[in-house]
Amino acid sequence: MENQRNVCEIDFLAVSENEALARMVVAAMLMPLNPTVDELADIKTAVSEAVTNAIIHGYNQNAVGMVHMRCELDGKLVTIVVSDHGVGIENIEQAMEPLYTSKPELERSGMGFSFMEAFMETLSVESAPGKGTVVKMTKQICLPEPDGQVPEE
Amino acid sequence: MKAEQFEVDGKTMTIRLGEDLDHHNAVYIREMADCYIEKYPIDRVVFDFGGVKFMDSSGIGVIMGRYKQMSYVGGKVFVRGIGKSVDRIFQMSGLYKLVTRLDAAEEA
Ligand SMILES: Nc1ncnc2c1ncn2[C@@H]1O[C@H](COP(=O)(O)OP(=O)(O)OP(=O)(O)O)[C@@H](O)[C@H]1O
Ligand SMILES: [Mg+2]
Repeated sequence: MENQRNVCEIDFLAVSENEALARMVVAAMLMPLNPTVDELADIKTAVSEAVTNAIIHGYNQNAVGMVHMRCELDGKLVTIVVSDHGVGIENIEQAMEPLYTSKPELERSGMGFSFMEAFMETLSVESAPGKGTVVKMTKQICLPEPDGQVPEE
Repeated sequence: MKAEQFEVDGKTMTIRLGEDLDHHNAVYIREMADCYIEKYPIDRVVFDFGGVKFMDSSGIGVIMGRYKQMSYVGGKVFVRGIGKSVDRIFQMSGLYKLVTRLDAAEEA
């Protein structure tokens, strides 16, 4: 069987209503892969973290900028890219440390990047102050074998 | 989607959470909770997770924020009805150290 491939890209305004929208888009795209409940929860959480960061940190909750999300399926491999043209991150290493947050007054816990790392297989962050941030994450979904068929190798 | 419900009974505030505990809903929950805590002498906050299907790091902030407020007044935070996916977030973030779990027997 050939590798199934699919790509979906959306741009949405940096408002918190769109956090649920982003999760739903990704969940709908994953449907044909029959992900397990855990796999789906992992990916939805990671997407939610990245999108929330773009809204809260990237655009400082100003609801002016646009968030871009790209979801690509290539066989079992899911690749998600979330990017913004917001303030950017000065020190990426520090930002990715567990419990580090630049906005404690907003009741942030500094766990966002830790969850993205834990729930996905790879995570990369590119950012430049004043330019914006690109977060790329990948994860393999375990495809169930069709009934009664032995995988050919 | 089901919305959050707030109930104050004496010094206890129960927050029945909706389906999604994300940033969008966290902002609303925080505002409402602050409002009630200011108005009533609350020293017990109970989060009912029975209806929650999704939670991310924003939910951690909601729980931790109420934990801090309750610590100031010598109060406590309780949780109940936690499902599998929320349990994972609680474990990973160490939230169980701050809250007390109410089991099914204590409900009703
Ligand atoms: N898109 C972004 N633009 C600018 N800064 C960002 C962006 N994403 C993350 N950051 C920075 O990285 C820090 C850590 O992010 P992380 O998601 O781990 O924690 P948080 O968002 O502060 O808290 P939490 O996600 O637990 O609510 C943020 O506090 C912020 O300073
Ligand atoms: Mg975050």
